[in-house]
Amino acid sequence: MNFVERAGAKYLTPMFMASGFGMSVAIGVLKRLTHVPRRWRSTLDQMHLSGIRSLHVVLFVIFFIGMILALQLGYELSRYGQQEAVGFAVAISMVREMAPVMTAVVLAASVASAMAAELGTMKVQEEITALEVMSVDVISYLIVPRVVALTLVAPMLTLLANIVGIVGGGIIAETQLNLDYDGYLTNALNALSEPGFLGLPKSIYAGILKATIFGFSVAVVGCSCGLQATRGASGVGNSTRAAVRNSIILIIVLNFFLGKLIYT
Amino acid sequence: MIKLENVYKAFSGQQVLDGLSFDVAEGESLVIMGPSGAGKSVILKHIIGLLQADGGLVDVMGHNMSTINSNQLQVLRRDMGYLFQHSALINWLSVYDNIALPLRETTDLSASEINARVMEALELVYMQDAQQKFPSEISGGMQKRVGLARALCTRPKLLLYDEPEAGLDPEMSGEISRMIRRLKEELGVTSVTVTHSVNCALTIGDTLAVFEHGKLLLSGPPPEVLNSDHQRVREFLGAPID
Repeated sequence: MNFVERAGAKYLTPMFMASGFGMSVAIGVLKRLTHVPRRWRSTLDQMHLSGIRSLHVVLFVIFFIGMILALQLGYELSRYGQQEAVGFAVAISMVREMAPVMTAVVLAASVASAMAAELGTMKVQEEITALEVMSVDVISYLIVPRVVALTLVAPMLTLLANIVGIVGGGIIAETQLNLDYDGYLTNALNALSEPGFLGLPKSIYAGILKATIFGFSVAVVGCSCGLQATRGASGVGNSTRAAVRNSIILIIVLNFFLGKLIYT
Repeated sequence: MIKLENVYKAFSGQQVLDGLSFDVAEGESLVIMGPSGAGKSVILKHIIGLLQADGGLVDVMGHNMSTINSNQLQVLRRDMGYLFQHSALINWLSVYDNIALPLRETTDLSASEINARVMEALELVYMQDAQQKFPSEISGGMQKRVGLARALCTRPKLLLYDEPEAGLDPEMSGEISRMIRRLKEELGVTSVTVTHSVNCALTIGDTLAVFEHGKLLLSGPPPEVLNSDHQRVREFLGAPID
């Protein structure tokens, strides 16, 4: 085998196989969406695990992101005498990009990793094989509740993150940039008033749409990495690492294409 | 009930099953023994449809496992029970819910019918008192019995046991073997058991088959196999046990 063939066998084949498996899991989940009412209890449990337990981390991170944005943009804008526009800039960047992306990244690190570890452990302990042997639909029983839960939780967290991020920026605007907080807030709300689909503020629903797609993708990646775990504890570790890495890569790539699709 | 004819299977170029053939009649209890890596668990995985043969025929209850589709396989598996080496109970479910799981997921039975089936299965393995406990709260032997109850609750026609005595002390191992024998006599279920324990084979088996390198060395009633003149079988099984 030459170098190219070896590199292909080592890196490309596993990558395409993992992507294909992830796609098949995603399609499997979409086909079984009608099973959600039957799985409402485990879906609620998963929403609690992924939503409530990640809430403080998301809000803490996004509060600081709001402050960082206000600080950096404020200093730059003040050089041109435009510091009043900081509310506008923070609101737009927060709602369109930072809140959905950072929420998804936090979910990838905390929830996708947990999903991969949990399902990976089940896989190496033959619990998933046991389910298959009992004719239990693994996708419906284990994956649908997790994916649906994260798909619902991600936009909810993003909505809260929008508010907290803008408030964080406002605190910096008032304390560090000597701006009036009410003026900052009015400026921010004006930035978000551009109507879009059904007259709703375009930036907000675009961010929410992104968050929903990120939530779905992160859950699918976490679950599919877990289902592919092999070879004991180290295999579970590898699947957990792959879940976080692949989720974050997917979030960034999807973010570009969704941004392009929505705003052009 | 089960027919394997000239079955071949290789993993990464290593031949695990090498032209293997044997039959299991309805109601028969076949025990499979052989050194580690002989392909014993692989045989069970072919019978339950987790693996497909590279060549040859695996026929289970009239179904060719190489050509069966996923829907047919799901239906067929409802007539089979599988006891895993390490029980493979779902950790977050109680003993009761673990046993009820296949009934809830694959049948239209009402809650009271499911309850009756679960209680019946728990009674068969003497685990009525532990129904609200979680797998982490019970011993390895109890986990095995719960796994057995889970395999039994769907009233299967065929039971597959993958090293039922693995990880258990001799006393508990003997208890599990006797329990499997009693269930066979009471329920008349066909079974295939993979084991490393001669005592387990003597207790459970109507037929003992010894494999090596994916080939059948010898099969017959356990006392006959244990007392045979086949040199490799004698080496593997050691001195016959009275």
